Amino acid sequence: MSPPDERVYEEPKKAFGLMGYFLTPGDLLHACEKLKASGYRHYDAHTPFPVHGLEKAMGLPPSKLPWIVLVAGFTGLASAIALTWYVSTDYSLIISGKPSFSYQAYVPIMFELTVLFSAFGTFFGMWGMNRLPTYYHPTMTHPSFPRATDDAFFVSIEARDPKYDAAKTKRLLEELGAKEILEVME
Amino acid sequence: MSTVALQDDTPGKRAPLVLGHPDFHAVTERIAGITERKTAKSWLVLLALAVSVLMILLGSLGKLVAQGLGIWGLNNTVFWAWDITGFVFWIGIGHAGTLISAILFLFRQKWRTSINRAAEAMTIFAVMAAAIYPTFHVGRVWFAYWLFPIPNQMSMWPQFKSPLLWDVFAVSTYATVSILFWYVGLVPDLATLRDRATSKTKQIVLGIFSLGWRGSHRNWLNYEKAYLILAGLSTPLVLSVHTIVSFDFAVSIVPGWHTTIFPPYFVAGAIFSGFAMVVSLMVIARKAYGLEGLITIKHLENMNKIILATGTMVGYAYAMEAFIAWYGGNEYERFAFANRMFGPYKWAYWTMWSCNVFSPQLFWFKRFRTSIPAMFVISIFVNIGMWFERFVIIVTSLHRDYIPSSWTYFRPSLFDISTFLGSFGLFFTMFLLFLRFLPAVAISEVKGVMPQADPHAGHDDHATAHDAFAEGGHGDESAESDDAAKDEEEGHEPA
Repeated sequence: MSPPDERVYEEPKKAFGLMGYFLTPGDLLHACEKLKASGYRHYDAHTPFPVHGLEKAMGLPPSKLPWIVLVAGFTGLASAIALTWYVSTDYSLIISGKPSFSYQAYVPIMFELTVLFSAFGTFFGMWGMNRLPTYYHPTMTHPSFPRATDDAFFVSIEARDPKYDAAKTKRLLEELGAKEILEVME
Repeated sequence: MSTVALQDDTPGKRAPLVLGHPDFHAVTERIAGITERKTAKSWLVLLALAVSVLMILLGSLGKLVAQGLGIWGLNNTVFWAWDITGFVFWIGIGHAGTLISAILFLFRQKWRTSINRAAEAMTIFAVMAAAIYPTFHVGRVWFAYWLFPIPNQMSMWPQFKSPLLWDVFAVSTYATVSILFWYVGLVPDLATLRDRATSKTKQIVLGIFSLGWRGSHRNWLNYEKAYLILAGLSTPLVLSVHTIVSFDFAVSIVPGWHTTIFPPYFVAGAIFSGFAMVVSLMVIARKAYGLEGLITIKHLENMNKIILATGTMVGYAYAMEAFIAWYGGNEYERFAFANRMFGPYKWAYWTMWSCNVFSPQLFWFKRFRTSIPAMFVISIFVNIGMWFERFVIIVTSLHRDYIPSSWTYFRPSLFDISTFLGSFGLFFTMFLLFLRFLPAVAISEVKGVMPQADPHAGHDDHATAHDAFAEGGHGDESAESDDAAKDEEEGHEPA
């Protein structure tokens, strides 16, 4: 028996948006083109593999990740120069009359650290831009969502979209042939 | 029928990458199923075997730490032998994984998709096996951190002008970037496993490691860019690592080591041995896990072609090294090479030639390229040959140096042998664990190269052919029907 006043503690549920799925990437692409044409902006596709051409259909700009990597790479190069310079002047070993900071010998170090920092920049930059790792996301509550990493091609339209209207949007998705169109909660 | 396979080679009409027309779900089932099924007895037997060999490694290293480097067969003249041979051997094995995942990715070679995951895993485990040697050959292994530039109260720093320190940076960067690249590739597949997991523990563990991946296209966009960048970073990295490993020798003035051809020669050799290892492993794994429809004969044939190409490059390098030793007119260099070919280690030198240069020449013939037993045997030969290559370079150059009074003949001690043998235990233990618990084929990438993944492809119903895949159907008879279906699809209007 649950206490009678349990409902008092429940937070009011807000709709996150509508979700439905398609069985082929082609249908998804078509749906995204239609959503874009109808003026929706806050929607997303969830696919088991990257469907090429979808970014064009959704009107997404190219990723800005390369800029992060560029900055990370230069940081790596600068750290390598600083490290080798500091180390070879702080503890100077003169060999065959070569100068302490004989940069030619340090090219491998500079290269490796540039690559290392760039790779870290790519790795963390990518997860940062994707807002991952995440503990929870409303789209994951759709009962068929496990298929998004298997064989179904989901589309989710967020309630915060100015064009969003639960009934109208649902009808649009139905017209496009989406299956199991459901409203998911925040 | 080989005639059908031959037709597949014509440009513009490629052999199918996935045989038997599976649908997306069948691919998930096939690959994820491996990790979800009950543990096979044969796997347990293999693991037990691998772990026993791993114990030999731990025992040998324990003995080394307790007693010192004297337990190895090294002497004043040959101060580097099996330790550095093992290191270069394992690092070289690792290179094929990065090559498949990075260079073939940049070249848009779609056939890489079903082998790259296992090859990358192989890279990481090979680098782990390699890392044992530089760590332990310093003798006092608890001081191994002196290799890194860490501030210390002695106010001493490592010597950045030394190729051995470049090696530290190259190998540790290589290991780190390989792991990042591998993990990035794994995340979508871990999410697939998470969504299929039945037990709470599995859900939590996979949930943590899949980072909450939900296949959002906005995420895929950044993800694919990251994958491309990592491939772009790994490509020069993989070439630099073996180049720097070759500097360990080339920068010295020892006759037989001081050679400008070393960097490209080492890189070609690394790719050569790495591909051989991938072929050896994949031939077994595809059979054991019924992956013949995903890792097709075509995949193996392509790898054999690369083995043939790099094997021939290595042969060119051997010949050129000997030619320059003669043509360069340096008498020490000339002696070092004459000694290599006809001296006390001539058996090692000619083993190297036979395994590395002569045996892969059989791959000129399609019959050998597509024959599983032939490629397995040749790939093992190549692995043996490549070990001998490093041994020949290192030991024959050292054992007869400038001073004839100190000439010796190096013989490995029991612990040289057991340490090297044991490193295979480490490698195979890790590889078996990988095969058991992680998707051995990149699920999302394989789906991406299937014909129906193209959003503009026709919406054919592959139900009937899908059954053939579920039964593990493969082979040439399906290649024929595949072509027919492809023609059909090409006829369709774009959606």
